[in-house]
Amino acid sequence: MTLHIVALRYNVCDTGWQEREARMLQFMADSGGMLVEMENAGVRRSGRWLVRGVDLAVRRGEIVTLIGPNGSGKSTTAKIAIGVLKPDEGTVRRKRTLKVGYVPQKVTVDWTLPLTIERLMRLTGPLEDAQIAEALAAVGIAHLARAEVQRLSGGEFQRALVARALARQPDLLVLDEPVQGVDFSGEIALYQLIREIRDRTGCGILLISHDLHVVMAETDTVICLNGHVCCRGTPENVIRSPEYLRLFGTRAGETLAFYRHHHDHTRLADGRVRLADGTIADHCDAPCDQGMEEQVAEKHDAR
Amino acid sequence: MLDDFFTRALVAGIGLALVAGPLGCFVVWRRMAYFGDTMAHSALLGVALSFLFEINLMAGVFIIAALASLALLFLQRQGALSTDALLGILSHSTLALGLVMVAFMSWIRIDLMGFLFGDILAVSRLDIAMIYGGGALVLAVLAWLWRPLLTATVNPEIAEAEGLRPERARFVFMLLMAAIIAIAMKIVGILLITSLLIIPAAAGRRFAATPEIMAVAASIAGTLAVVGGLSASLHFDTPSGPSIVVAALCLFLVSLVRAPQWQRSE
Repeated sequence: MTLHIVALRYNVCDTGWQEREARMLQFMADSGGMLVEMENAGVRRSGRWLVRGVDLAVRRGEIVTLIGPNGSGKSTTAKIAIGVLKPDEGTVRRKRTLKVGYVPQKVTVDWTLPLTIERLMRLTGPLEDAQIAEALAAVGIAHLARAEVQRLSGGEFQRALVARALARQPDLLVLDEPVQGVDFSGEIALYQLIREIRDRTGCGILLISHDLHVVMAETDTVICLNGHVCCRGTPENVIRSPEYLRLFGTRAGETLAFYRHHHDHTRLADGRVRLADGTIADHCDAPCDQGMEEQVAEKHDAR
Repeated sequence: MLDDFFTRALVAGIGLALVAGPLGCFVVWRRMAYFGDTMAHSALLGVALSFLFEINLMAGVFIIAALASLALLFLQRQGALSTDALLGILSHSTLALGLVMVAFMSWIRIDLMGFLFGDILAVSRLDIAMIYGGGALVLAVLAWLWRPLLTATVNPEIAEAEGLRPERARFVFMLLMAAIIAIAMKIVGILLITSLLIIPAAAGRRFAATPEIMAVAASIAGTLAVVGGLSASLHFDTPSGPSIVVAALCLFLVSLVRAPQWQRSE
C-alpha cells in the first residue's frame, strides 16, 4: 500500500523511479537502524586517490572507530559519510533527515569574530539554556560558558566543540580526533562520555583516532585504514589479545596501552597496494594481526 | 524636508551605513576585504556598459559586480594562480577596461570623479527610494541567511555536515555584495565602497561580545561616520565621500585607543 502511494508520487516526473524505489525499499528492509552506509566509496584529488574502496556502515547505537596513520584517509572517509565530500566512486546512502553532529579535525575562528562558547553552542540550531549548561557540564567546562573561544586553550576549545555536537542531539555523531589537546584524564572521561551518550540516546557514532589507545574499550567496530580498508572487525578481532583488553577495559585509569600497527604494504597512486613481498594487489587481504605488532606496557599506579 | 540637498545626503548616507554594517562584518570575518574591493572596481565597467546599452545604472553595476565575483570563483576553481594574484588581475583590469570604454564613448559626458569618489550631495529622491528599498531587501536576505553564513564562516564543513548548505549561502552573499556596491556607488564612490564596509565593522569589534552585537555596532559606527563626515564636509567644504571615510577612520582609531587589550589572543 505504502509502496503504491510512494510510487505514484514519483512516476509523474521521474522515469528512474522504479530502480531507485526498489533500492530504497531494499535499503529500508535490510537496514535495521542504518544511519549511513558506504559502498566501495573513494575520493580522488588531482589524479590521486585519497581513499578508495571503502565499505562502511553505522547503525543506531553503534560506535565505529576509524584508525590508521597520518594521511590514511580517515577524515576523508568521515567526510564522505556525512556528505561534506562527494564520492568519485562508489555509493553513499544516508537515512533521510539524518541529523548529524560533527566535530571536524581542525577549527580556527578568526579573531575578528566575537564568539563566546554559549554563542558557539547555538551556531547551527536553537538550544535552550539548560541544554547548553548540561552539555558544557558533561564535558567539564561549565564555567567557561561566557568565555570567548579565541581565548581558550586547545583542549578547552576541543571540549566546547564536542559539547556543541552533543547538545544538538544528533542521530549520528562524527568526531574527528575529538580528544586532541585534551589532557589524559580528560581524554578518558571524554571517551566514557561518548559511550554514555550512545547508551542514553542510541545515536550512532563515527569516531576517528590515530590509534586505538583508550578508544577500543568503547568501540563496537574498528576499521583500519591506509588509503583503503586494511582490516575491520570488533576490537577483539582486530587485536587478538585478551590480556590487552582486560588491562585496558578494566583499569583504564591506571594503565597505558601502546598499540602499534606496522604497515607492511605501500599504497600506490591508483589505490592499489604493494605488499611486503613486492607484488601488487587491489587490497591487502592479509589478516590484520599479521601486519601488526602488539606491545602492552603496564604502568602501575605510582602509589 | 527632503528638499534640502544636505538632508537628502544625510538620509541616503544613513540608509547605506545601516546596511553596510552587518554586511561589512562578514567581509571582515571572512577576510574578503580585497575581494570586495575587486567587485567594487568592476563597477566602473558596469557603469560603462550601462551607458553603452542604455540600461539602468544600478542594474548594470549589480550585474557586472556579480559576474566579476562568479569569474573569480571560476578562476579559483581552476587553481592556476593564487587568489591574491587573481584578485589583483580582476580588480585592476575591470577598472581599466571601464575607464577605456568611457574614454571611447565620446558622445556621452560622464562625471568620472563622481563615480570614483562619490557624489552624495547630488542624491535624488529616487536614489533614496532605491537605497532604502534595496537596502531593506539586502538586510532581509541577510537575516534569512544569517545562520548558514555565520556557521560557514566559522567552519564550512560543520555547515555542510549539519545541513546548512554553505555553498548556497556563499553564493547569495556574493549577490548581496554586488547589490550593496550598486547602491553605495553614488554615495561614496567605487574606490571607497569597501572602506564603508570594513572600517565601521572593525570599529564595532571592540564593543561586541557576539556576532549579532558586532553587526549592530557596525551599523551605529557607520551612521556616526556618515553624520560626522557629511557635517565636516559641509563645514570645511571637503569632498563628501572621502570625508565620511575619514570620519569612520577616526571612530576606528578611537576604538583602538579605548581597548589596549584588543590583541590576538594567540
